[in-house]
Order: sequence, then structure tokens, then C-alpha cells
Amino acid sequence: MDILDTARRTASPAAGNAMTSEMLDTHRIRLTARDVTVHYGTKQALHGISIDIPSHAVTSFIGPSGCGKSTFLRCINRMNDTIEGAKVGGTIKLDGEDIYDPSLDVVELRARIGMVFQKPNPFPKSIFDNVAYGPRIHGLAQSKADLDEIVHLSLRRAGLWEEVKDRLSEPGTGLSGGQQQRLCIARAIAVSPEVILMDEPCSALDPIATAIIEELIDELRENFTIVIVTHSMQQAARVSQKTAFFHLGKLIEEGNTSDIFTNPVHKQTQDYITGRIG
Amino acid sequence: MNSLVVAALLLVLLGVAYSSGWSRSRALAGGGVKVHSRPQYHASYVAIWAMVPALLILGLWAFFGTGLTYNYLLAQIPPDTLSTLDPAALLLTVRRIEALASGYGAAGTVQAFEQAAAEALRTFQFMTFAGVVGLAAIAGFGALAYARSRITARQRARNAVERVIGIVLIACSAVAILTTLGIVVSLATEAFRFFTFIHPFDFFFGTVWAPDNAGGIEHPGKYGLIPLLVGTLMITAIAMLVAVPVGLMAAIYLSQYAPRQLRAVAKPAIEILAGIPTIVFGFFALVTVGPFLRDAGNAVGLSINATSALTAGVVMGIMIIPFVSSLSDDILNQVPRSLRDGAYGLGATQSETIRNVLLPAALPGIVGAFLLAVSRAIGETMIVVLAAGNSPVLRGNPFEPVATITVSIVNQLTGDTDFAGPQSLVGFALGLTLFVITLGLNIFALYIVRRFREQYE
Repeated sequence: MDILDTARRTASPAAGNAMTSEMLDTHRIRLTARDVTVHYGTKQALHGISIDIPSHAVTSFIGPSGCGKSTFLRCINRMNDTIEGAKVGGTIKLDGEDIYDPSLDVVELRARIGMVFQKPNPFPKSIFDNVAYGPRIHGLAQSKADLDEIVHLSLRRAGLWEEVKDRLSEPGTGLSGGQQQRLCIARAIAVSPEVILMDEPCSALDPIATAIIEELIDELRENFTIVIVTHSMQQAARVSQKTAFFHLGKLIEEGNTSDIFTNPVHKQTQDYITGRIG
Repeated sequence: MNSLVVAALLLVLLGVAYSSGWSRSRALAGGGVKVHSRPQYHASYVAIWAMVPALLILGLWAFFGTGLTYNYLLAQIPPDTLSTLDPAALLLTVRRIEALASGYGAAGTVQAFEQAAAEALRTFQFMTFAGVVGLAAIAGFGALAYARSRITARQRARNAVERVIGIVLIACSAVAILTTLGIVVSLATEAFRFFTFIHPFDFFFGTVWAPDNAGGIEHPGKYGLIPLLVGTLMITAIAMLVAVPVGLMAAIYLSQYAPRQLRAVAKPAIEILAGIPTIVFGFFALVTVGPFLRDAGNAVGLSINATSALTAGVVMGIMIIPFVSSLSDDILNQVPRSLRDGAYGLGATQSETIRNVLLPAALPGIVGAFLLAVSRAIGETMIVVLAAGNSPVLRGNPFEPVATITVSIVNQLTGDTDFAGPQSLVGFALGLTLFVITLGLNIFALYIVRRFREQYE
């Protein structure tokens, strides 16, 4: 199945992107969105978004502020449910299962689709308890040793273990911004989700912390399906294999990241990535 | 009549000063020069300059004028007559002369010296009044002219006016602070007088409260604080047991679960409870809750008095519910949304999010709200007067009548008591105790609330 060949896209992938496309082709599709609309009260925020998100790859959503990319991200784990007056239409399927099916338990869904937020939001608890929170509420650990192991592994995968191993009982809010964000990533992967959604995870961080997180995202791709919303086109180019460009609540163009950045089909996309709008 | 004249004078002065400052400023601006301050500042500047000396003179007269007039009046009474008068008769004579001078006349025959003194007094009063008002007017208009002459393009009238505004604001806050200080000082001095009758140890650690209100200074009775303190704390504890769970859960529902429309109705409805006068709550306790609790107790074989610590505590708890719920609601809403999102994003349910994330984050603030509610409960009077039974006996059974500190203050200070004996002075000692307890709780609560605030900034 060629996920790159969408209805919107007519140009053939450039030769230089062959490797990436091939890599993507080998992955199956994890998430399918069809005709997704979102209304906040009477205001329509998203217009008929259809996109496929491949497994074990990083998909980035780019676009100017207010274009709906974060809104769409929040549809994928139904975080919009917590916003009063938000109404979601269309279908989103995770492994063929409709996530808006009334019989589906939203709590279970969010355990499968983790989320990392724009601003690091560690709980006002210890570093250990922050990471152990998810495993505890979902009963993932059978014993104290199990829980220790999960916390250890999650912090190691998030690249934070070496920095915090001696002060696990200190409050998570005392870490630096970049460390806090990695703590939030560790917290998200501690519940072994299948998909991780990241809503501008680096926008509150300095360039060094950003580089560390980007490296981390690249490593996490091996085990997770990652969707990232970003303001930075360089970041999208660096970390993602697939890119979708949103504008004014519409999905303008999506495809192979290298294609989008070197050979966009739509003029709006080109204008945005060359800095003429947005 | 006199004050009307003064008010009119001041108003005229104010108006003239303001408009003259304004016109002068406009004239400057008309000349094409860049003027530092806007016309209203120049106008205010002149007005302030004009008002201050006038008010100062009038104020000094208000302060010293009465004494001067009195001395003048005494000087009008013939010395040999004056020496025959005892204080009461002197006061009567002075009153009669004042009444004659103001034209109301006096009862009985008017003696010749009274008539003469009255006429002299009338002239004196008129002359001094005219003199003071005239002086104030001269000073006011003089200052006006001076201030007006000082207005130049570069004159910083705005800064001067702002400084005066600052001084006025400082004075206003000083009133609040000084009043508090004055109350504390008067409480403390009177309480100290009480402790000259009763040893502080007997007061703070005595277990018997039996003032002898008819005994005078020789037989003051016993003034042990402990029974009252126990009664107060018992009622407060019962009130908190009612108010905190109900108030907190109402706050959680309102801030986390309730749809917006319901919240818009329910929150003010709960807060209306806080607007009911406490005497109404007391009445409600006496007439409805007390008998209900007694009957309910009878039904399960408990002997509950209709007026008891339980009745007063339950009703006081109901009274405090809006206090707890409204404060807790604000505090829960202050917890950043990102924390809630973080918990939801991990697949926590709503109640897990509230229990594990929201409440721990809001706990210091909630404790602060709790302590503020406690200090309110401790100081509450009307409900306890009506519903607690007023029985200052040391016992631990909440189903029996008790008395509290506030009720005892009411008992000791109402009725026919003079303020020289320990019977009434004890009210000040009790008031001071109460003040210290609630002050300590408030400071502790504010400290906790402040620490909570720092956490997210």
C-alpha cells in the first residue's frame, strides 16, 4: 500500500527520497482518519481531515498558528472530550477500531495513545511518582520491583536516567525545562502506549534541550508510532518521515517529509515552508 | 447653619481654585509652549494648595475652639459665684448659659450674671466664628494666588498631585491599621486590668466558670477559661465535620463535573447561604434543627438535648459550607489545566485525576480555606447564643448544652454591669483570647495559601 500516494498529491516522489519512501512503505498504517471535523460551539475548527499515519515512524503536523493541527492531534486521543462545547465528526480508527465508538473506553484509549504537551507539566510529585503514576493507575506492575523496573526503563529510554537516578524522590517540578519535558516523555512511555502524540514538545525549550528531545524522538520511533505538532519546519524536516501541512482548519498537503520540503505540490505549502505566510 | 456656611465657603474656594488653575494652564498652552502637565493637574494643584490651609485652620479651630470657648465662658461667671458651685451645679450653669446664648432660653428664672454671660458668649461665638472663617478664607485664597502664580510651563503639577494622591491613600490605609491597633491596645489594657483581679493562671487554666455577677469586687466568682474553650472547640470541630466534607465535595462537583449552565446557577445559589444573617441561622437551629436532632436521638435511643453543642455545631457547619466551597472552588480552578490534561493524557479517569493530581496540588490552598473557616466558626456568636444552651460546665458530651467564649462575652457585657469589676472586665480578657486564637489561625492560613501560590509562578 502506498500511503504517500494520496488524492491530493500528484507529483511523483523525487529520486532522493526513495529510501525514506521505501522505509515508510514497509510500515503498516496505524491510524486512519477520514473526514474528521471539529466544532467548538458554532465555530468550525477542522474541515474534513483525512490522513493515514504509519506505524513506527514520526509524522509531523505543520502549519501556522490556529490552523487546527493541535486540534486534530487532540482528536486522536480524544482529549477534546474534556473541552466543553467541542464536537468531533468523522471517523478515526486505531488499528481498524473506531476510537469514537460509544462502546470504547476512553480511559483505555488514552493508555494506548499517550500524549506529551507543549508546556512540560510534571505533577507536583516526586520524579519516581511522576513516572510511576500511569503504571499505578493501570495496574501494570505486579510488585514494587516491577514498578521500579518500569520507572527505570522509562527514564532510561527518555534519556533522563543518568541525570536523575540519585534523586528520584525529589519533586519533578524542580528539574530544568528540558529535563521536565523528558520526564513527561518518560511518564508517557511508562504505560507502554502504541502511539505517542507530541504537541509542540520543544516550543518551551532552549536549542540544546530541543536537540536532546529531537534525538530522543528519533530513537523512540523504533518502538512507538509518533505524531508531533511543531511550529518549526526545521524540526519537522529533522525528525519526521511524513509531514502534513494544515492551513485554516484544512489539510492542504501531506506526504513524504523530504517531498513536502523540496517539492511541494500546493502553492500554499510552498509559501509556508519558504516563509511567505504563517 | 454655621457648618453650612463653612461648607459653602470650602466649595466656593474649591471651585474658584480649580477653575483658576485650569484657565491659567490653558492660557499657557495657548501660547504655543509645551506644557509639562495637563490642565486638570494644574487645576488640581491649585485646588489642593487652596484647600489645605483653609482646612488646617478650620481643623485647628474644631480641635481647640471648644476649650477656648469654655474658658471664656467660665471667665464670664463672677468669681464669687463660681467658687460656690460644685461640679454638678457648674455643669448645669454652663448648660443654661449655652442654652441662653443659642437663643433657646432656659427654664426657671434667669439670673443676671447668667444673662450677661450668655450675651457675652453669643458675641464671642459670633466673633470667633467670623474670625476663623475669615482667616480660613484669606489663607485659602492667599494660597490659591500663590499656587496660581507658581504655574509655569515646566512646573511639574502632575507629579505633585500624584504625590498628594499617594498621601491620601496612605492615610486611608493607616486608618484601617490604626483602628485595628487601637482595638488591640484597648483590649489588652482592659484585659490587663482584669488580671489585677484574677490571676492569669486561674483564668487560663481554671476549670470552673462561675462569675458572681452580684458579688462586687470582693466576691468576683470563678473565671476558668477551660470550659468555655472546650465548648468553643467542640462546636467548631462539629461545624468543620459538617462543612468541610460537604463544602469540599460541592466545590469538586462545581469545578470539575458540573456543566457550565448548572454551575452558573448553583454557585451563586450556594453563596446566598453566606448572605443569610447568622441570627436567622440561630433561629433555624433553635426552632427546627434542635428539636429534630432531639427526636432523631430519641428514635435511636440517644438522649440529645435540643440546645446542645451538636445543634449549634451542625447549623454553624451549614452556615460555613459556602465559605469552604467557594474558596475551595477557586483554588481547584487555579490548578493549571495542563496538570489535568497530563493526567487525562495518561488515561486517568476523572476521579483518579481529582484524587491523585488535583487535590494534592490544591491541598495547601484547601487547608488555608479550612483554617479561615475555623477562625470564622470560633468567632461566631448568634447561633451559639441561641442554640448551644449556654451551660458553661466542663464536659465532653456533644449532646449536652455548652457555652462558648463568645456567648460568655455577651453574658458578661450585657445587662447592668459597671466596667470596674472583674465581672465585666473578663469580657475583654475573653475577647483578647479569642482575638489571639483567630489571629494565629489567620496568619497560619495566609502563610499556607501564599506558599501554595508560589508553586505555579
